[in-house]
Amino acid sequence: MKASSLALVGFGVDGWGRLLLMAAGLTLAAALCSFAIGAMLGTAGAVLKLSSVATLRWIGTFYTTVFRGIPEILVVYLFYFGGSLALTHLMHLAGFPGFFSLPSFVIGVLAIGLVSGAYQTETYRSAYLRLERGQVEAGLACGMGRVVLLWRIIAPQTLRFALPALGNIWQSVLKETALLSIIGLVELLRQSTIAAGATRQPLLFYGTAACVYLVMGQVTGIGIRSVERHLSRYRGR
Amino acid sequence: MQPAQSPPMPSGPAPSVITAQKLTKRYGALEVLRGVDLEAHEGEVISILGASGSGKSTFLRCLNLLEVPTSGDLTVLGERVRFRPKGDGLRIADHGQVNRLRSQVGMVFQNFCLWSHRTVLQNVMEAPIHVQGRNRHEVRDEAEAALARVGMADRAGYYPSQLSGGQQQRVAIARAIVMQPRVLLFDEPTSALDPELVGEVLKVMHDLAAEGRTMLIVTHEMAFARDVSSRIVFLEQGRVRAQGTPQALFRGGMDERFDQFVSHFMRQG
Ligand SMILES: Nc1ncnc2c1ncn2[C@@H]1O[C@H](COP(=O)(O)OP(=O)(O)OP(=O)(O)O)[C@@H](O)[C@H]1O
Ligand SMILES: [Mg+2]
Repeated sequence: MKASSLALVGFGVDGWGRLLLMAAGLTLAAALCSFAIGAMLGTAGAVLKLSSVATLRWIGTFYTTVFRGIPEILVVYLFYFGGSLALTHLMHLAGFPGFFSLPSFVIGVLAIGLVSGAYQTETYRSAYLRLERGQVEAGLACGMGRVVLLWRIIAPQTLRFALPALGNIWQSVLKETALLSIIGLVELLRQSTIAAGATRQPLLFYGTAACVYLVMGQVTGIGIRSVERHLSRYRGR
Repeated sequence: MQPAQSPPMPSGPAPSVITAQKLTKRYGALEVLRGVDLEAHEGEVISILGASGSGKSTFLRCLNLLEVPTSGDLTVLGERVRFRPKGDGLRIADHGQVNRLRSQVGMVFQNFCLWSHRTVLQNVMEAPIHVQGRNRHEVRDEAEAALARVGMADRAGYYPSQLSGGQQQRVAIARAIVMQPRVLLFDEPTSALDPELVGEVLKVMHDLAAEGRTMLIVTHEMAFARDVSSRIVFLEQGRVRAQGTPQALFRGGMDERFDQFVSHFMRQG
């Protein structure tokens, strides 16, 4: 039985469309979660690196050096096996025998989030350094406390400077979620591999996957650029 | 329109708004302020003059704690600013107090420092809403009035980058006066402006002075200082070298160094 290519990637009875779409959704969800974790870690990392306390700066540098220096696939492996080992050990201590592993979604998102956080650290740090001293002093001079200053002046201005680089980081996070296929998460790449194997049509399914990655990247890219334009509508100085 | 400030008490001197006593400031080995005493009374317009590097900006910035003095006493609006020792200097002991005092002391910077991501109107409304915690609607009317006051009502929706320097500085003045400050600090408000834009800013400052506002102005505009100030303070190398009414000082013969300083400026332009 040889179904047409269109039917195979379509949404009919013997089409893989629905599964591929769900897998793409999972890819997007994993990318969003990773990026969000990366944003939090990146903010924390930037605060550490900008700190006046040498120890804190050192911790920040250690973080960014390690997670930008190790191949991402290795970080995923280390987290996967390390995490399971630790969990199993804990469960044994609590009196539960057997092998336990963390959900691969959680592991994967944490691993990619940590790496993305290392890159975001640099982005936020250099964006903060571009902030003009006078913008902050004007806030201080009218009596703004730290929280107001941070949310009303520092954050929006820093974000404006950071956004172009954040757009690039987002694109790479989206692609790197493909690594989660190696720890058993059925995201877009893994689902395509399954379909390719079952139908013996690798080119068709990998080609489809490539297109879906591209489309997701382009569509979100357009969104990011429009936010960028909105935030820099007052640029000129 | 802003209500005129209440006039000084008929008997005795007007109350003190800012009192600095033996203020010093050091950056490492560099002694920028070497014990400055100054008492600014309500309604006074004090021009602080001095050569470049004499410590004028540093002194002005100490008054609203953008710089923390190395030693000395500072009383703002009747409250003694609380410091605690740190190394061989001081640090702010009570940030709540400092923020509260800052909200009643307006500051205008040499390079305007308008928030570039907010429109003119938003710049003016920012602090009343987010520092004083006031209602957006009533603030809006006051912000528009403040902008009208400096002749910038028609630019409310512009971003700072779309304005000339003189316009930006007038907005910065509106941003300061909308807080109803008890005193205004100006750090060379016209030094970053093209010559043809200086006048529009000085005009606004002139009007504010005429309203009876308390103002401390660091400036190189000799004619303005002479015509508008009630007192001139001449700084040299971190000390008050001479002070007095503009009439007394500009007549000449009161302080040799001041006369040199003025003649130097007059020669330049
Ligand atoms: N943050 C700082 N760190 C080190 N030195 C400083 C700092 N701020 C000011 N200074 C030095 O202090 C001295 C006085 O500076 P200040 O800005 O108060 O002078 P000024 O009288 O305002 O001069 P100008 O007319 O040029 O503005 C200068 O020698 C300056 O280099
Ligand atoms: Mg100065």
